[in-house]
Amino acid sequence: MTTATGRTRVPMLIRSREWVHAWLLLLPALFFLFAFTHVPAVMTLWNSFHSTPRGRRPARFIGLDNYERMMGDPIFWKVLGNNLWFAFGTIPLSIGIAIVMALWVNDRLAGRGFVRMAYFTPTVLPLIAVANIWLFFYTPGFGLIDQVGSALFGWPQTNWLGDPSTALNAVIVVTVWKEAGFFMIFYLAALQAIPPSLVEAAKIEGAGRWTIFWRITFPLMMPTTLFVSINAVINSFRLVDHIFILTNGGPDNASSLLLFHIYETAFKYWETGYGATLTVAMLAILCALAIGQFFFFDRRVHYK
Amino acid sequence: MTAAADAPARPRRRRFDLDRTLNTLAAWVLALMWILPLAFAIWTAIHPSAYEARFELLAPLTFENFEKAWGAAPFARYFLNTFMLVTLILAGQFLLCTLAAYAFARFTFPGRSILFTLVLLQLLVMPDILIVENYKTMRILGLVDTIPAIALPYIASGFGIFLLRQTFMTVPRELDEAARIEGSSILGILWRVYIPLAKPTYLAYGLVSVSHHWNNFLWPLIVTNSVDTRPVTVGLSVFSAIDSGIEWSVINAATLMTSGPLLIAFLLFQRQFVQSFMRAGIK
Repeated sequence: MTTATGRTRVPMLIRSREWVHAWLLLLPALFFLFAFTHVPAVMTLWNSFHSTPRGRRPARFIGLDNYERMMGDPIFWKVLGNNLWFAFGTIPLSIGIAIVMALWVNDRLAGRGFVRMAYFTPTVLPLIAVANIWLFFYTPGFGLIDQVGSALFGWPQTNWLGDPSTALNAVIVVTVWKEAGFFMIFYLAALQAIPPSLVEAAKIEGAGRWTIFWRITFPLMMPTTLFVSINAVINSFRLVDHIFILTNGGPDNASSLLLFHIYETAFKYWETGYGATLTVAMLAILCALAIGQFFFFDRRVHYK
Repeated sequence: MTAAADAPARPRRRRFDLDRTLNTLAAWVLALMWILPLAFAIWTAIHPSAYEARFELLAPLTFENFEKAWGAAPFARYFLNTFMLVTLILAGQFLLCTLAAYAFARFTFPGRSILFTLVLLQLLVMPDILIVENYKTMRILGLVDTIPAIALPYIASGFGIFLLRQTFMTVPRELDEAARIEGSSILGILWRVYIPLAKPTYLAYGLVSVSHHWNNFLWPLIVTNSVDTRPVTVGLSVFSAIDSGIEWSVINAATLMTSGPLLIAFLLFQRQFVQSFMRAGIK
């Protein structure tokens, strides 16, 4: 009896020592992770049910008032619509261009080194710098787009960023330019992992380039597409740096995005309670989109 | 480069390949379109402002725009701030992520899968979005307008932990056990066995992290408000927001300057950069 308990106690001791070691190793990372990600996330939810503290007046519980306000806030809906349009504009376009770029760069074409560099360079630039470069590009009358447009096609002067109907699309173009090269890299990795024998076999069978792409290459790259598209969705909500330079959300919120609106609410008008509510809405949308994508791709992803 | 790329195609077929030519042409057109905005910025930055929108091949070259930009705002200080910021974040990430990744890769303990899920959750719920709460935290800690305030939310990176865990899991257990029999401590094993074998991952993660935080803007904008703490991205936005007639050529020079170090590093180590991003992407 005593020997039996003794025998189990020794591994127990070793095991619990291992637990302690593991927890000690995790402690510093988890401390910072909780302090700046998990606790703030929970506090955001908590604060979204409270009013904004002002001066001596502390925050008080106001239930769903902030949410009611959000539902009736035309700017919120406008910005949300903008963000969805922005997402559906940037994601398929940048992924499509990225695939084409990767196919070309993976091919042995003349001057491949230069072509690859040209595609990838925007990725290294800060989004703020990118916005500065494009702002100059878009300048009415003076910028290159207008100059080329008027010289070749006789287009009139256009204020691409100042017109509510074109501002957001102009921002989309900049984002696609910046992101496509980044996504290309992942597709390039995926292409190089495809066994050449598969493509060779298809060629012997007489399959054309088109068939090979849709029947072999594209399905085999599905895990990459899942990874890239989740990234692209997150980026479409997270990247707002260029808005600051290009349009400042204007004209009349035509190019404002959700995170930009949160920034303005919380740090320009100092309505932190309502800012928290908007953040909760954003997190909910992000989670829903990520889960949705996972299920959408689940049936389509073919793992090797 | 051109000759080398052409060579393998030649012996197979000598006749003109239309499909291939069209593809090459299209790839080149797209490449030129893609490089055009940057080339345009470079053009204006190295020519006098009179040539901002006039393209003459023999326009005089000048370095004046860079000098003007450098003199018009404390860019030297901004660069120093960014350098300190990026170093602080990278050092913190390497330390914390290594320890945590080791625990997740080679230890069994209660709560492991829940904690790992919480780590991965950070890929979706990022500090970038939680700006309102994190600002409050920094104010309580009295850290607003300091460089650590910019760095702290990013130091425990879910992505970094995940990436290093995946690498550590590929290390053969025999090496681990051999070191243990020789009497190495846990940290000794980590230092002598795991870290040396994960060097390529550290390089990849380091490049991704440095370029990411060099370029970061929103959080530094919120949490800094003085020259002594502003990184270059915020400095650049402050500089170009003064609309009192700074010439485009000077703004473009400043823009190139701020992205310069990364751009040059990228052109020099292009292959490593591309491979690093690849490695970081395919877990």
